[in-house]
Amino acid sequence: MSSVIKVASEKVSAVELVAAALEKAKKFAEYNVFTSLNEKAALAKAAEIDKKIARGEKAGRLAGVPYALKDNFSSREGKTTASAKMLENYRAPITATAVKKLEDEGAIMIGRTNLDAFAHGGSTENSYFGATANAHDKTRVAGGSSGGSATAVALDIVPFALGTDTGGSIRQPASFNGVYGMKPTFGAVSRYGVVAMASSTDTIGVLAQTAEDTQMLMGLLAGKDEKDTTTLDDFLAAAKSEKLKIGVISDFMGEGVDDEVAKLTKDYIEKLKKAGHQVSEVKMPILKYALAVYYVVVPAEVASNLSRYDGIRYGFRAKDAKTLGEIYSKSRDEGLMPENKRRILIGNFVLSSGFFDAYYLKAQKVRTLIIKAYNEMFAKYDVLVCPVAPTPAFKIGENTSDALKMYLGDIMTVPPSLAGLPALSVPAGKTASGLPIGVQLIGARRSDAILMGLAAEIEGLK
Amino acid sequence: MTEKELQHLADLSALSLSEAEMAALGGDLERILGYVRQLDELDTTDVEPTFQVYEMENIWRPDEIVAFEADREELLALAPESKDNQIKVPKVL
Repeated sequence: MSSVIKVASEKVSAVELVAAALEKAKKFAEYNVFTSLNEKAALAKAAEIDKKIARGEKAGRLAGVPYALKDNFSSREGKTTASAKMLENYRAPITATAVKKLEDEGAIMIGRTNLDAFAHGGSTENSYFGATANAHDKTRVAGGSSGGSATAVALDIVPFALGTDTGGSIRQPASFNGVYGMKPTFGAVSRYGVVAMASSTDTIGVLAQTAEDTQMLMGLLAGKDEKDTTTLDDFLAAAKSEKLKIGVISDFMGEGVDDEVAKLTKDYIEKLKKAGHQVSEVKMPILKYALAVYYVVVPAEVASNLSRYDGIRYGFRAKDAKTLGEIYSKSRDEGLMPENKRRILIGNFVLSSGFFDAYYLKAQKVRTLIIKAYNEMFAKYDVLVCPVAPTPAFKIGENTSDALKMYLGDIMTVPPSLAGLPALSVPAGKTASGLPIGVQLIGARRSDAILMGLAAEIEGLK
Repeated sequence: MTEKELQHLADLSALSLSEAEMAALGGDLERILGYVRQLDELDTTDVEPTFQVYEMENIWRPDEIVAFEADREELLALAPESKDNQIKVPKVL
């Protein structure tokens, strides 16, 4: 049974559910999952829901279900920090559409989860509030940037959490922590009220304990929003169960991939075959260029999106800044993390006159070639499969001194992002030392329901 | 990348970086941009760039005032300094 539905149907009060979640959150404080807890407001909301239910009123499909919110979603409850000093004391004046949709269904946010500042990173070590630990090994990273959300779900503090995924930020921490992580088709879920990172690839999705929950929650979140004009009409109706043509991306199964990751991925592929799906190997040599494209395009968009942090209208202002120029430059220098600055500098470099054609335009042309390669593949296959990340969770501190090495961990998650494709991280067992790994199911645009349906089918075989 | 070029980039980015930061970030940028240059292996003659995957063109809303969930006081309170209903900044000229 789906854990969210189970929680919602258990004969316990919303107050009991929320109090239990808050207690667990405190018990696991050493993992550094949360940037803040929403204790008072959450308990008050739970009491309201219990009253509604007692009066026989409708309380929503998620009535009393506690959830965790990545701290880059705006909500009027508490601070929205993006795990950055720049927004350490920022109280958002708006509510993100995704948050509003969940609350309209009675879900209760118990706390804000830690992330790499402004979602820049793949380990949650770039947080101003320190790293989040992996749920399965405290000496290892949670992954990122939605590291706090993944650990919160894996530790069973909450049955689900919201995350954002620009180049793997839901899928990779989900893989590292052994939970489901869905990055939908670009435009499936409104991004209104979410701290912008790279507008051409930013997406909103969920981290959950079961495929069934993932499906249900994505269904609630998807749909058009006039506050985000990039949103598409809801297309997430459940897919018919049918035999699928599945291609295994062989370029991501060999060199550079950890042996145990490759083996567990192959085990999952065997399950797909046993379930009657037609599986074959495919080659996509163009994908090895996706990471280079990503680290041009995304920093360019980051540089533009982060130019709003100026120390003037909201956010941090450096104490000793006197002139207007100093307010900008000192506030940004003190308020942003090194990784934020790295990306801003790369972005402004590739956009600057003299380098624009060689870097930015070149990357966007290769992006076209990547999309073309995917289109050709999806003319023949329904789903593509590969690992989520080349390795299981690495040690905290292991990759922090080498920015490029950290980026290389994103090599399998960034290609679908550049093409706006849906991709789902599915738990696929553990290594000999007990570290979870995830398999990535990738589909054509708007095929989200097929991916989640396939994951649910395989989950049911266990 | 020369120190002068990096300083120019930091100025364009409105970042006042310390010397230590400049040294570290300069090295990172060299390595990352070096990695990116593998894109030159691909022939992109006659390939159109893709700037977005939205499947749509500009969408305009009517030019009407819509209700906002926060009021003026709340928004002004977010600014580090404000006075007489306005956000305060140092002298510009």
